[in-house]
Amino acid sequence: MFKKITAADTPFSRFLQAFFGSKLATFGFVLLVLILLAAVLAPFIAPQNPYDLEHLDIMDSNLEPGKKSLDGLAYLLGTDDQGRDMLSAILYGLRISVMVGATSTVIALGIGLSLGLLAGYAGGRIEALIMRVADIQLAFPPILVALILLALTGRGVDKIIIALVTVQWAYYARTTRSTALVERKKEYIEAARLLGLSPLRIMFRHLLPNCLPPLIVIAALQVASAISLEATLSFLGLGLPVTEPSLGLLISNGFQYLMSGKYWISFFPGVALLVTVIAINLVADQLRDVLNPRLQVQ
Amino acid sequence: MTMPTLQVENLQTHFKSRGGIARAVDDVSFSVAPGQVMGLVGESGSGKSMTGYSIMGLIDAPGRVVGGRILLNGQDLRTVSAEQMRSLRGNRIAMIFQDPMMTLNPVLRIDTQMVETVLAHQSIGKQAALTLARDALVRVGIAAPDERLHAYPHQFSGGMRQRVAIAIALLNRPDLIICDEPTTALDVTIQGQILFEMQKLCRETGTALIWITHDLSVVAGLADTVSVMYAGRIVESGTVAQVLSQPRHPYTHGLIASAPSRNPRGSPLRQIPGSTPSLLKLPSGCAFRDRCSYATEVCTDTPPTRTVDGRALRCFHPIEAMP
Amino acid sequence: MLVFTLRRCVQSIAVLLLMSLLVFVSVYAIGNPIDILISADADQIERARVIAAFGLDQPLWVQYFYFIKNALAGDMGRSFVYATPAMGLILERLPATLELAVSAMLIAVVIGLPLGLWAGLRPQSMTSKTIMTVSIFGFSLPTFWVGLMLIMVFAVQLGWLPTGGRGQTALLFGVPFGFLTWDGLKHLMMPAFNLSLFNIALIIRLTRAGTQEALLQDYIKFARAKGLRNRRIVGVHVLKNILIPIVTVVALQFGSIIAFSIVTESIFAWPGVGKLLIDSIRVLDRPVIVAFLSLIVVIFIGLNLCVDLLYSLLDPRVRLSEAKG
Repeated sequence: MFKKITAADTPFSRFLQAFFGSKLATFGFVLLVLILLAAVLAPFIAPQNPYDLEHLDIMDSNLEPGKKSLDGLAYLLGTDDQGRDMLSAILYGLRISVMVGATSTVIALGIGLSLGLLAGYAGGRIEALIMRVADIQLAFPPILVALILLALTGRGVDKIIIALVTVQWAYYARTTRSTALVERKKEYIEAARLLGLSPLRIMFRHLLPNCLPPLIVIAALQVASAISLEATLSFLGLGLPVTEPSLGLLISNGFQYLMSGKYWISFFPGVALLVTVIAINLVADQLRDVLNPRLQVQ
Repeated sequence: MTMPTLQVENLQTHFKSRGGIARAVDDVSFSVAPGQVMGLVGESGSGKSMTGYSIMGLIDAPGRVVGGRILLNGQDLRTVSAEQMRSLRGNRIAMIFQDPMMTLNPVLRIDTQMVETVLAHQSIGKQAALTLARDALVRVGIAAPDERLHAYPHQFSGGMRQRVAIAIALLNRPDLIICDEPTTALDVTIQGQILFEMQKLCRETGTALIWITHDLSVVAGLADTVSVMYAGRIVESGTVAQVLSQPRHPYTHGLIASAPSRNPRGSPLRQIPGSTPSLLKLPSGCAFRDRCSYATEVCTDTPPTRTVDGRALRCFHPIEAMP
Repeated sequence: MLVFTLRRCVQSIAVLLLMSLLVFVSVYAIGNPIDILISADADQIERARVIAAFGLDQPLWVQYFYFIKNALAGDMGRSFVYATPAMGLILERLPATLELAVSAMLIAVVIGLPLGLWAGLRPQSMTSKTIMTVSIFGFSLPTFWVGLMLIMVFAVQLGWLPTGGRGQTALLFGVPFGFLTWDGLKHLMMPAFNLSLFNIALIIRLTRAGTQEALLQDYIKFARAKGLRNRRIVGVHVLKNILIPIVTVVALQFGSIIAFSIVTESIFAWPGVGKLLIDSIRVLDRPVIVAFLSLIVVIFIGLNLCVDLLYSLLDPRVRLSEAKG
């Protein structure tokens, strides 16, 4: 008779099995969770609030990793030129970097996805217009577009998020539209249309879930890319203001001290950035392999 | 008696998979004489293509040729080194595949793909190789060969591409050509032309031919001998006249009887009941017994190959007469 | 083929015009054009010249017309900082950037292609798995941070290579290039390598995927059936098939490399267009920014056009079908 469908047989559990089948991906996932926890809990776990000017002592500036402050607090990763504890600065910086990266990706995903669905479903002039704009946008490297935008608009969290969104949306739009084009020809869309469902409903409830897998993979990769891009822009002095330093700005601060051998001011934030991006890339890589229909062994 | 060009003895090719070991080629034996055409007939999954690849040494993991002998002009191909095998391929044995669209490299010109076949096996100059290529194209009936040589595969029709593949196979004057369903993907009219030309070429050059197909009518028109495969084993093998007009194995009989052309108009088409079992789930003994109306308990043992009525037969209950 | 080329050229010009409009709007609409093109301490004569040349006292559409006219003539105003024509400044520095970009791309291909090929031919081997894992680093490492680390290790700690600048140059067709001198090469090494990292990883992945896919194709099986040597099968049959997508990606990535050179140039004090841009942004030397913008738009649209044409040239299927159709 029928094979009893146990709880372990759902598509989601199969996905989990496939995903965690790779040791590398599991490692990446665990790393990612730890990083996110550190970022979220930064105010609670950081030994010092690096932006609380009352507690900073300029006498503690430029200390090597491991040295202690005058009142006995150990600076595990050293201090910067303002006397800020690097570990705390990194935790706070991580918070901002991840927040900016994730927010911009989510917004870009939302906008790109909607436009892509619209283009794929509606076709005709609307599709041509949206795709043309997307193509022109994609012809230019993201860093360039972001750079120019920020040069014109100045510094600020909102401005850099806008820049990151501008740079990313076209990619989502194009991918969604390609998938939508393929899916829209399938019978279940025809059936939905014949049932008299509104275009909006068809787009979001029927078309969208089937377009999601490639989008999830791209979004995952893009978060890493957005974080990296923001770091680069901040390093160049264009992104976040000094009051909300992300890892990029921290690295930038340390640039001038490299020549005199005070490497830790740039080194450790960079490592934090690197680890974050690697973790996300590992997870995204595995997501892509697992969700790719062509690579699935039935 | 002259030595057969190809003598296959007890060939075994196994594929390892998660579900077990699939015996794609299970104790297969046959021989082909020079200039002779042998049809290797069977449904998809019967192991006929795998037999061809095994002879060519093109079985890749997870498959492996695990037993038997493959004697090409007396030399056992299973004992030669990889480099020796390479020098035999395209040279003394050639193979033609089913899909002409995909066998030619789309980004290389025809002359490149033909000349490289010659140069891989003969140390002659490029010009001489080009001449050989040109002549080969003429022999397979391609007009304007000089233009064609400079063309790319996608500029040819399917039938022409297959002719080019045949021309390539003939370049080094092999002793044996294995054709794996070469006309299945083509138009019926083109099919007829190619069959005719292959037959002519083989007679002229004394090349032995193995024609792998599922289409009995092709075999009837083209081959001298025929071997019928089922689930990796040869169940019946003999001359075309014997096997096709007086099949002794119930499977062969079922195949022939189910051909639509044999059916009187208006009556329902005859079928062999059941479906081909997966190679991983074969019944013990005779693989056909679950679908055979003549099967008895003795069929749970694997029937050995015996000579019955002038042909090789693997059956405990050969059919006596055609209904 | 000709029709195709013409069609693409016309499309490119249309996009170019559209982009010029965008540049114009963004520059002129966000802020006072007088501030943008005339330095605060410019004298009366200069003010009058610029106002006349750019029609800054005229209606907007006339200004756009002058903008285009001047752009075509290469006049994008004078730099506030250097008081020389902005476009001239940019063109002066372009060879340095191009030298860096081309070197980076060369390094990426020379390292990435063989490694990717190896990984694709033997996907299960330890070497292959190592290569793929290392390529993840290539993607994840932030370019600017790696640059800093390179300087720290090779220049500060080991002292093998200089910390920045371009070093000695020699003239080639009247244009100074660094790679022609040993000193120039030493200066070129780190920034070029830094810039190439991302693309090394990209090319490795692409080549590996392409190789794996190509090996599954029937024509490879046929090539083996013909008795061709492995050397030829990989070197000709596989390579020619994977080169087409790789070349197009490489060409497209060239634009990205030029963009990222902005970062590398800042770190290594490489006197190219990118460093000029960052410096100009910092001091708000707007004519230079506008000139840069205009040039980059032209470069990128041109690059995309070249890639399209290149692709159709390389793939005989596309090339010949265009000729027929």
